[in-house]
Amino acid sequence: MSIGEQNMKSLEAKVVVLGSQGVGKTSVVIRYVGGMFSKAVSPTIGASFFTYKLNLDSYRVKLQVWDTAGQERFRSMAPMYYRKANAAMLLYDITCTDSFYDVKDWVKELKKNVDTPIVMCLLGNKSDLDSGRKVPIEDAEEYAKSIGALFYEVSALKNTGIEDAFLHVAKELIKLYETNPEAGFHVPEQNTSSDIFGSNEPMKLQETNEPVQKQKECGC
Amino acid sequence: MSDLKEAEHQNTSESSDQGEFLEENAPGESENPMLIASDSYENLNYEILDGTSTAQRQTPNTESNETSTGEESNNEEQTETANDVAKKKQEIVPVEEDHDDVNSEHWRSQSKHIFILSEAGKPIYSRHGSEDKLVTIMGVMQALVSFVGDAKDSLRCMIAGDHKFVFLVRDHLLLVGVSSGMDSTHQILLQLTYVYNQVISVLTQSTLCKIFKQRRNYDLRRMLSGAEKFFDNLINLMDSEPGLLLGAVRCLPLDGSVREIIAQSIVQHAKIKDLVFGLIITNNQLIALVRIKKYYLHPMDLHLIMNLVNASESFKTAESWTPLCLPKFDSSGFLQAHISYLDDSCNTCLLLLTVDRESFFTLSDCKSKIKERLLKYNALRAISDSLQKTAYGIQQCGINDLRHFLYKSKSTAQYTSPELEAPYVTQKEKDRLFGLYKYLHHRIHTSGRPLKILFHVGPYETLLGWVTQGFELYAVFGPLVTKTSAIHAVNKLLRWIKREEDRLFILNSVTF
Ligand SMILES: Nc1nc2c(ncn2[C@@H]2O[C@H](COP(=O)(O)OP(=O)(O)OP(=O)(O)O)[C@@H](O)[C@H]2O)c(=O)[nH]1
Ligand SMILES: [Mg+2]
Repeated sequence: MSIGEQNMKSLEAKVVVLGSQGVGKTSVVIRYVGGMFSKAVSPTIGASFFTYKLNLDSYRVKLQVWDTAGQERFRSMAPMYYRKANAAMLLYDITCTDSFYDVKDWVKELKKNVDTPIVMCLLGNKSDLDSGRKVPIEDAEEYAKSIGALFYEVSALKNTGIEDAFLHVAKELIKLYETNPEAGFHVPEQNTSSDIFGSNEPMKLQETNEPVQKQKECGC
Repeated sequence: MSDLKEAEHQNTSESSDQGEFLEENAPGESENPMLIASDSYENLNYEILDGTSTAQRQTPNTESNETSTGEESNNEEQTETANDVAKKKQEIVPVEEDHDDVNSEHWRSQSKHIFILSEAGKPIYSRHGSEDKLVTIMGVMQALVSFVGDAKDSLRCMIAGDHKFVFLVRDHLLLVGVSSGMDSTHQILLQLTYVYNQVISVLTQSTLCKIFKQRRNYDLRRMLSGAEKFFDNLINLMDSEPGLLLGAVRCLPLDGSVREIIAQSIVQHAKIKDLVFGLIITNNQLIALVRIKKYYLHPMDLHLIMNLVNASESFKTAESWTPLCLPKFDSSGFLQAHISYLDDSCNTCLLLLTVDRESFFTLSDCKSKIKERLLKYNALRAISDSLQKTAYGIQQCGINDLRHFLYKSKSTAQYTSPELEAPYVTQKEKDRLFGLYKYLHHRIHTSGRPLKILFHVGPYETLLGWVTQGFELYAVFGPLVTKTSAIHAVNKLLRWIKREEDRLFILNSVTF
């Protein structure tokens, strides 16, 4: 990279990772952000927050990654994490058909509730378990195309595809920003607030949450 | 203590007279508490009967109520209804299929079972075995409860041999505790209430009710998937941690000045609109709690927070942002919790609880600043030092023949006790000691008439329980101690606790 530090532009983007319980969201994020894999990873509670910085073209990109919990009871909380997201990583487990169907529900929900442009990336995880494959790669490819999403098969265990997928997402984010600077990105030079959620309306103490009726867990 | 009444039983004497502790304030007492100082144990009865929460109800006469749950000491309370349903049970049981866990020796030999099922009899949780394989027995439990319910009565307790069966019906859920241990009916009821509150803590009461209103037959396991370990962990905690029985929390021993630095760090850097509670906990002990002036934390909610942190490895990986319902605070809605560890070894956990769902990044900044300040003033070091060394041994109190004690300061809802030492080091002995405390606690609290002092000579140790306006004290002595010397000894102990109170208790409630 030949561009001097001072000429780099900064871009902060919010990435939300969605998918059913146990498909490997945390494993993929930890592989990418921390460069490792742990067999003993625990189920996520609520959502975990990670940041990752990379330099790409003339940009210093900071990814703010929300690794959400797949457990059913957190389903109704999801909007809090995908609201104002610039990119969504949609994970399924290639050995579990239900988890692939769940992704389709997520996509419908995002289309309905997110009105800013968003980069979508479909990820078929656990590609190392090819012998137990239930979701044909062609089906996933075709689906990704139909919704205009990027697509990769990855393995957090074997560390395949993950780096490429995130890099591709980052490229698309830059593209999106250049063609549409108003698309809800946070550009540090222009705004010193670190709260990219935007509005700060206080919630009422007596707030009740909504019940969830849909079945969302991976039935494998 | 010359006016102690004559011993009624051969080896137990009871008294409803006030003890002679003369100091003005009980050790660990505070005019300015931060936890709700309800005597939650006695209020529990009211709460179950009429559904109001102890937080709102300031019952003044906690000393004089007669409990109405079935007690094993009272034969009449093995009611006719219980006998009727026991008969019915015998008719149903033989239908069990062979692969049911019920037939496994291992399952049967467990000393405490806890079950959660829906009103419709659908299994939701079982502490031992898989609830899938316990469909039949859960069906029986549901039948028993609805059978008695049909007669406009409610099934509270059944005694069968050395097993107690205790039932609690709350909001479409049926909770059942079965114990062959030292737990009294009332104590099992308290445990079931904790488990019920754990359900509320992950779902909220409104969601729970809404779900079952929509579908009576709903399989709640779907919504609780992943929360099983919270129940497991909580029930284990109740078997080992006296705080849940006492309705009190233990504080990490620290110098008053260090406590002040820690609390001030939270106040200075987390004074954020809509932040309700900021707290630091470690290993089931409270280090600091800062609150908005008009809100208090209930010890039961604090125990659920500790349980959440204990049972969730995931908080060790990254900063987390999760909804959390505190049933005593507001059972109808979620607070949003920013949860992170302050040290690399993941012992010291900071929780910032807010009603503002959008404030993650603000709170994340607060966390960094709090950590910075704690490092600057060596407070994190002080915490890890205190964690490293044992809190204190019984010898430090300098009282002959005193083996162990639990001391609860009522006004602050905090308790202290020394480390477990010989002979209470094996699991069996630890359990036995906890059993003694349960017995003593039960006798003091749920006797037919209010007791202030109870002296009990057992085969291996002598017990003294003493309850006053300001404190509850449960002390375990060697077997040969006399009543007079035991009373003399606890007075000496109270003076020791008084001297140490700054280190053992959080006496100053800090607000934003
Ligand atoms: N073979 C294989 N196993 C994987 C891979 N990625 C994750 N796993 C395993 O899948 C299980 C679940 O992984 P997590 O990363 O916790 O899944 P998650 O999607 O974060 O789950 P929740 O947080 O509960 O929603 C763990 O046992 C992982 O070890 C992979 O690439 N290959
Ligand atoms: Mg996860």
